[in-house]
Amino acid sequence: MNRRPGFLVYGLLGAFVLGSALPLYWSFLVGSHTKEVMTRQTPPLLPGGHFLENARRVFETVPFWKALGNSLLVSSVTATSVVFFCTLAGFAFAKLRFRGSTPLLLFVIVTMAVPTQLGVVPLFILMAKLGWTGSVWAAAIPWIVTAFGVFFMRQFLVDAVPDELIEAARVDGCSQIRVFWTVGVPAARPAAAILWLFTFMQVWTDFFWPLIVLSNDNPTVQIALNQLQSGYYKDYSLLLAGTSLATVPLLILFVATGRQFVSGIMQGAVKG
Amino acid sequence: MTQDLSTPVGGAPTMGASPTGASPSAGMPTRRPPAPPWRQRLHHWDVTLSPYLYISPFFLLFLVVGMFPLVYTAYVSVYDWDLIGGQGEFVGLQNYRAVLDNPYFLKSLVNTISIFVLSSGPQVVLAVVIAGLLDTRLRASTLWRMSVLLPFVVAPAAVAIIFGSLYGDRYGLVNEALGWIGLSPVQWHVDRLSSHLAIATMVNWRWTGYNALILLAAMQAVPRDLYESAGLDGAGKVRQFLSITVPMIRPTVIFVIITSTIGGLQIFAEPRLFDTTPAQNGGSDRQFGTMTMLVYDFGWHLRDLGRASATAWLLFLVIIVIALLNFALTRRVRSLGGSR
Repeated sequence: MNRRPGFLVYGLLGAFVLGSALPLYWSFLVGSHTKEVMTRQTPPLLPGGHFLENARRVFETVPFWKALGNSLLVSSVTATSVVFFCTLAGFAFAKLRFRGSTPLLLFVIVTMAVPTQLGVVPLFILMAKLGWTGSVWAAAIPWIVTAFGVFFMRQFLVDAVPDELIEAARVDGCSQIRVFWTVGVPAARPAAAILWLFTFMQVWTDFFWPLIVLSNDNPTVQIALNQLQSGYYKDYSLLLAGTSLATVPLLILFVATGRQFVSGIMQGAVKG
Repeated sequence: MTQDLSTPVGGAPTMGASPTGASPSAGMPTRRPPAPPWRQRLHHWDVTLSPYLYISPFFLLFLVVGMFPLVYTAYVSVYDWDLIGGQGEFVGLQNYRAVLDNPYFLKSLVNTISIFVLSSGPQVVLAVVIAGLLDTRLRASTLWRMSVLLPFVVAPAAVAIIFGSLYGDRYGLVNEALGWIGLSPVQWHVDRLSSHLAIATMVNWRWTGYNALILLAAMQAVPRDLYESAGLDGAGKVRQFLSITVPMIRPTVIFVIITSTIGGLQIFAEPRLFDTTPAQNGGSDRQFGTMTMLVYDFGWHLRDLGRASATAWLLFLVIIVIALLNFALTRRVRSLGGSR
């Protein structure tokens, strides 16, 4: 196992990564040419000079700025709320003893397997009753707490906080809330960052719920894409320029925090 | 899944061993001068009540956005329920009957399963291979891991639009490439199986790298001396991979299969945005319409929330059945492998 892998391994991985990147490049390629590019026999290899013009048309066709603002708002608010409530509950499940903790945790785990579609109709009825349909807050509601968040934080904190540390703090007369604040929160920080990123991404990419509850004049990014796509006549330069624009924010986030994404997925697997 | 989820459940008895949490407070008086009774009582309350205080905000919110909807869907499904008009008469199981009698129900069920099979099988196999390639002493290993995850950050809606253009019936790149090697173009949006293949490609593209990282984590937990002794016995790299790595990561493979079952059977954004017809129901004859699209169609096109709820429950049953089937199948494969 001490040998460095040979060219074959690098070659195969390189091919896979190329396949992963190619559709994104295609999106930018078509988005940077005029719409006639789709009818050419052989597609061009290099981007053209029409991206800004196509982007301008995207902003004219759909309320894209508003969509970006809405997506940013909904995703960051829900991510913060999930981290807050799930760290608190996850800490209790990981480190505190109380009656009913086992069945309650089991209950949380079981609900993780229930498809979200099953709850969509009543949530919609609830939003309609409250008069929230069309409002960006309605798009956030189903995501303000997640069962996965509690499970994830609990799994992390079980090992991250030594029981002796909590005992010692209690013996010194720390109240429970101070134990949580001075011992639990600092230890939870790396997992909280990962949970924040994952929730942000999950809500940003969500399609089904915002499609139901939002209107075309107050959309999220995904709903704006849906709007661009749903015309009968397809202008792929416009459409793929919009798709590129919609993908850029998450790409930036990914380049900045890819390490956390990778370790988050790998941790979830080992501990999950 | 049980393998992976059993950790917290199995670990639970130790947590519940002393449910009052008395041990820290019992140790108090011996170390410190005796506290006044009211302080002790306060302390006792702090210990016993705090956990509930910490979990109650989560559970209160979860009750509203997570639990209430699940139960209420069942309630809505036995009523006439108009999207605008609201609750109507109690109709018993008639909504379920109407959904089951609808010709598009069986069609979308078959489509959903077909797309799922075309995506999950190749995806898991490819993910195992990629994970195996990543589980070597690569230079710049973090960069490679990040690179395979790239498609994961592209939203399903965007994936669907990009691949919809790649698989264009007239000018798509895939058909042009087929033309270069002398094959005739495929009607990706019209032909049923071809459209399933195109949609499965989107799912595979987005999720293979993600699953590879999960499997990679499991591979790294395999004791390295197993490989050393196998190497001494003369087993090559591929042989080691097939007879050590793959059996050792079985529980994680099952986990990946189950989670992709739950996710894959709910597929919605990909087929909807792949559709170029104005109705967006999954093609002109719903040749690639899925179960979740049927939920949307009943609820928000036909404005019948009762039938939408009934469809959602039927979808849930399908997911449970297929998840259990997958689980039983993977267990069976193990027992066959063990007897060899």
